[in-house]
Parts: sequence; structure tokens; C-alpha cells
Amino acid sequence: MSNATQSNEIVHSVSFLDRDSLNIPTLRILQADGSVYKDAVLPSINEETAKRMYDTCVFIRVLDERMLGAQRQGRISFYMTCTGEEAAVVGSAAALQEKDVILAQYREQAALRYRGFTTEQFMDQMFSNAKDLGKGRQMPIHYGSQALNYHTVSSPLGTQIPQATGVAYSLKMNNDKAVSICYFGEGAASEGDFHAGLNMAATLSAPALFFCRNNGYAISTPAEEQFKGNGIASRGVGYGMHTIRVDGNDMLAVLAATQAARDFAVENNKPVLIEAMSYRVGAHSSSDDPSGYRSKEEEDVWRAQDPVARFKNWMLSQGWLTEEEDEALYAKYREEVLAQVKVSEKVEAPHIDELINDVYDEPTPLLQKQLKELKEHVNKYPHAYPKTAGRF
Amino acid sequence: MAQMNMLQAINDALAIEMEKNDKMLVFGEDVGHFGGVFRATSGLKEKFGPDRCFNTPLTEQGIAGFANGLAANGHTPVAEIQFADYIFPAFDQIVNESAKFRYRSGSEFNVGGLTYRTPYGGGIAGGHYHSQSPEAYFTQTPGLKVVVPRNPEQAKGLLLASIRDKNPVVFFEPKRLYRASVGEVPEGDYEHELGKADVVQQGTDITVLAWGAQMEIVEKAAEMAAKDGISCEVIDLRSLSPWDVETVAESVKKTGRLLINHEAPLTGGFAGEIAATIQQECFLYLESPIARVCGLDTPYPLIHEKEYMPDALKTYEAIKSTMNF
Ligand SMILES: Cc1ncc(C[n+]2csc(CCOP(=O)(O)OP(=O)(O)O)c2C)c(N)n1
Repeated sequence: MSNATQSNEIVHSVSFLDRDSLNIPTLRILQADGSVYKDAVLPSINEETAKRMYDTCVFIRVLDERMLGAQRQGRISFYMTCTGEEAAVVGSAAALQEKDVILAQYREQAALRYRGFTTEQFMDQMFSNAKDLGKGRQMPIHYGSQALNYHTVSSPLGTQIPQATGVAYSLKMNNDKAVSICYFGEGAASEGDFHAGLNMAATLSAPALFFCRNNGYAISTPAEEQFKGNGIASRGVGYGMHTIRVDGNDMLAVLAATQAARDFAVENNKPVLIEAMSYRVGAHSSSDDPSGYRSKEEEDVWRAQDPVARFKNWMLSQGWLTEEEDEALYAKYREEVLAQVKVSEKVEAPHIDELINDVYDEPTPLLQKQLKELKEHVNKYPHAYPKTAGRF
Repeated sequence: MAQMNMLQAINDALAIEMEKNDKMLVFGEDVGHFGGVFRATSGLKEKFGPDRCFNTPLTEQGIAGFANGLAANGHTPVAEIQFADYIFPAFDQIVNESAKFRYRSGSEFNVGGLTYRTPYGGGIAGGHYHSQSPEAYFTQTPGLKVVVPRNPEQAKGLLLASIRDKNPVVFFEPKRLYRASVGEVPEGDYEHELGKADVVQQGTDITVLAWGAQMEIVEKAAEMAAKDGISCEVIDLRSLSPWDVETVAESVKKTGRLLINHEAPLTGGFAGEIAATIQQECFLYLESPIARVCGLDTPYPLIHEKEYMPDALKTYEAIKSTMNF
């Protein structure tokens, strides 16, 4: 028999497996009040790391709240929050090393922050100004940073999943002892790219961590209309991959799972699938109104499961945070974010030459001709092109 | 007649045909209860039930393949691809399968009843991935029809014709006009024939040709040119595949000049195909080279969207220089 991975049990009457044949446990370490389950095995975490994780949560809370406000005021065109999923993103990011490569979907700004993306860098991207690393070419929240090993976000869903497999294989070939981590939603896990990416990672032995944020919704589509299997985790098993399901609102559980997954992936050059069970507390994006497809009561149930509050309580119990410090942290970031909005929104737009740069390594003759004609046109009608007129 | 915006007109067309044709199904991402992210399918699930209007999982490849199977088995699927930018995961199913079902099987099978609806185009600060105009990828595919409406009245008549057409149709909806374009739309059933261009404004000096959201732009340019004493004949192509060579050639024989405007990049864009054909049909009538005002050969930008766009000013300038050639 050529199917080397098939098990050998033979039966003599019909019996089907179904989604419940696979009993997938959920790892949880923190109780809702922030205390630790008594039999729980804690991840490796020290005060400094814990503070950095909490700091990231607070910053992202403030950023999300303020930038959604800025979008409502018309100061930026678009925004997406990660509210309710901070533990999933920060907990996993904190388990990584700097050399590990992050491929995000779009709701993982907290991972980028954890790596050190500055408030100014966030804001410059959102205002599409001349200092934006992405040169004002993509909508707000499409961040990326070579220096921080964080691939620039692309809107088409799922495309980063097989790419993460390629990155991981490259890390293996280079003997870097590093992983790629790929974030995606349970909705994006329906794309063909998901299946292709996981199967390639498993068969080619790529040290990739596939991190599914199962937050219950893809825009208006609830998870039960997205898939019928035992979550996304069951698919990892199907592809022959180590798989774990965690409580995505539990910072320590996510940290523990991702630490173990990373160790396993690096040691064995094999992928791991992590499914973090959480909830998208906010709207899908600033263009969306969730009241059209779900109830406030449902949202409230999840608001009560706030992952940041749970972690905060644990921090308090450790003596690593006080209420006063917490308040001061929020105050500091509120001020910092507001101040930066005022600075970044005044920075001028990228130069018109950036329109044709980076299409290829060098602008082709045809692109150069098009730019020259465009500049002549802008010069003739400067009032119609206020962002670039008079600046070349 | 009723005042409608383009979304309402599209919704109306879908409801009319679902009423008449119980084989018709409407589906796609967020299409069910929510009515689609733009609300083009609002109320259809309530009216026709969850078996005929529903959410699919998030997979364009799956949506298109599923639609092919439905249509090959005699249903009339109208599949929504949430943004034209996301049609590419479905590209194989559309260009290799939908387009070639009839031909490759010797007409044993076909997917004639199939329509893909998808919002396309920019001008909405969407950057790339919410702004592309990928029509030319599909016009190069034999077996597909490609249709683009310019306003609510056209959208309803063209969509009804597309759904009833015996061939798979990719129906590109200009999303920047979804709510912005409002007009009188006949109540009840009517169709606009596919493959026929529409002469929107008669003129004598130059033929100005566009489709979809760019019609507004060229009409504005024609108005500006009129103040300089230039008479533009403005044509809406409406169907890109098949396209109405005859109407365009006739117009160019009269005016002696042609300008084509589209939002997609210049290189490999559909304007090139039109220019080549019209040059052949009308060589001895042409008084100046055929002009193209198109998107730049760059991905669709965000911050430099105004600069990128083949807008009315650029079109007006091109009209003048074509006249003064
Ligand atoms: C290929 C593709 N199809 C459709 C979209 C439009 N779209 C953007 S986000 C989204 C929902 C994604 O849901 P999920 O992956 O569960 O992530 P979440 O937003 O819940 O974090 C959709 C349909 C897209 N960006 N790309």
C-alpha cells in the first residue's frame, strides 16, 4: 500500500467518523477573574515580558478607540480594530523571537506593536503620508516592516498562508532555527490558499505556525455558516499536523501554546496549527454595522470575557501592576496617540514620483513617459491635484 | 418609473427574475441575511428563502466552481464576488471552466445560465484591492460575455439580459456609482440587448467612447469641449464582449476621430483592442490617431488616486489635442 500514513485498523461493519470523533480540548490557564487554575502549567514568563505584553494591550486598546474616533471624524478613511482579540495576538507574538517572520491578515496590529512599531509609524501609515513605509499606496492598517520581520499586509484573504509555508521552508534551508507565523481568521480558512498552504507545509516539513483567530464572524457570516467541521483545528489533524486549540481570551494559554508550538516546529522542522477561540467584539471594520446581523446581548456576553481585564487581574495578583500604574498607562497612551495624530496628519503626501516607483525595480521607459506627461498635466491644472501640485 | 439608485435597480432586477425563474439562485459572501456588503441582495433571502439566497463560505474559487456545477445541471446561478479585486481566486473556474464548458464538451454541457456580479473600479479611496478594473482579463477569454452598466436604468435592463443570456456573463458593477447614481428606472421587466453600444450623445467632431463609471467622466469632458466649440459623439459600449464594432465604426466614419477612456491600466487594456479594430475598419476616415485616456501602468494607488485616474480634465485635454492633430 502506498499510503504510508494510513492507520491499519480494519473493521467489518460500517461505521462513520464524524466531527465529534475528534475530541479537541481547549487549553485554558487563567480563570475569568484572572486567577490561575490550580492544575495549570504556566508558560515561561517573567515580569519584564508580562509588562511588555500588558503595555501592548493598553496601547492597542487606546489606538483602536482613538483611530475609530478619528475615522468617524473623517480624519482617516478606514480602520479595523482588534478589540477582544488582544490576548490571542499579543500572547502569540510574545512567544516568538525577533528572527521569526510574521505574516498577518490585518487585525494583528498588536503583534506589530509588540515588536516595536512606533506610534509614529502607525500613524504615518494611516495618514498615507510621505513617511509611511508603504508610501501611501495601501489603505489604513496595511502595515509592514522589514526591520521588524513583519510582512506588509495584503487585502486578498488567505494569500499569506502558502507564503508563510514558503518563508518557513526558506528559514529551514538557511538553518535559521526560526519559524514563520501566519495569522488568519476562520473565514479566510475557507479560501483555497489555506488548504494549499497547510498541505504544503505538512508535506514539505516547513516550520510554520498557522494561527487561526476564530472570532466567530467573517464580516456578517457567523462561523456556523462558514464551516461544519470541528472548528479549524480538526483540519490541522487532517493535514497531519500538530494542532492545538486554546482559549483566545486567555493570554497565558495562548503564550503557553505558542511557546510549545514554536519549540516543536524549530526542533522538528514541522508546522503547527493553533486555533484561538475568541470573539470579534467590534464591527468588522469602520465600514460595517454589526447590528444588522447580531444582537447586542451576544456582544455583551463576550465583552464580559474581556481578555485584557483577565490578564490585568493576573498582573495585579502578581504584584506586577497597580491600579494607579494602569491608569497612568492609559493616560500616557491617550496623550501620545492624540499628539501623534496631530503631527502625522500634517505631514505632506508622498512625492508624485512614488506613483511609478516600485512597480518594477526601476521605472520602465513607458512609466517614465507616463509620469512626465502626468506632471505636465498637473502643472497645467494645479488646483485639481492639490496633493502633488507645485511639489516637483 | 421610480427613482432608484444603482443598488436598488440591481436588487429589483434580481427580485424580478427570481420571481419568474424558480431555478435562479443568488449567493456569495455575506449575500444572505445581510444582503451583501453593499446591500445589492437585501431582502431576497426573506422573499425567496434561504435555499435560493444564501451566504457561502469565504472562497471565490468555491463560489465559481459551485456556480459552474449548478449551471451545468440546469440552474440559473447569480454569484456575487464581493469585490472584482477578489475575482482572481476564482479565475481558473471562470476562464477555464465557465468560459469553455460548451466548447470543450461539443455542447454536451454548458453553463449558459451563469452570471457573475462583481463591484469594480476606483474613485473611492480604496487603494489597490478595492479599486481594480479587471475587465480585460475576461475580454480575452472566448466564451464569456462581459457587461458593464453606467446607471441604474441600464443596470437593471442589462442585468436581466445577462441572467437570461445563454452564455456565462461577468457583470461588472461600477461601485462608485452604487449610491451616487440615481435616476428614473422603469418598473417591471425590461431588457437591454447585450452586444449593443448606446449612443448617448450625438456629435460631429470626435467619437468619445467609454463604459461604466467612466461614462460620467467622458460626458463631463464632452461638456467642457462643447464650450470650445467641439462637438463630441459620446458612446457607452455597455458590452465589452462581444462588443459593437458596427456602431463604433459608423460613428468614427462620421466624426473621423476616436478617443477611448477606461480606468484600467493602458497596457493590455481593452482600449488597445478597440483602437486596433477601428483603425482597420475606418483607416481611410481617420483624421487623427486614435487617442486612449486610461489608468497609468501602475497598480491602483491610494494617495495618488486623483493623479492616476483618467479624469475629465485629462480626457478634455486629449479631445483638444486630437482635434488639433
Ligand atoms: C479573497 C478575498 N475575498 C473577500 C474579501 C473581503 N473580505 C475582507 S475581510 C473579510 C472577512 C474575513 O473574515 P475572517 O477571515 O474570519 O477574519 P476577521 O475579519 O473575522 O478577523 C472579507 C470577506 C477579501 N479581502 N479577500
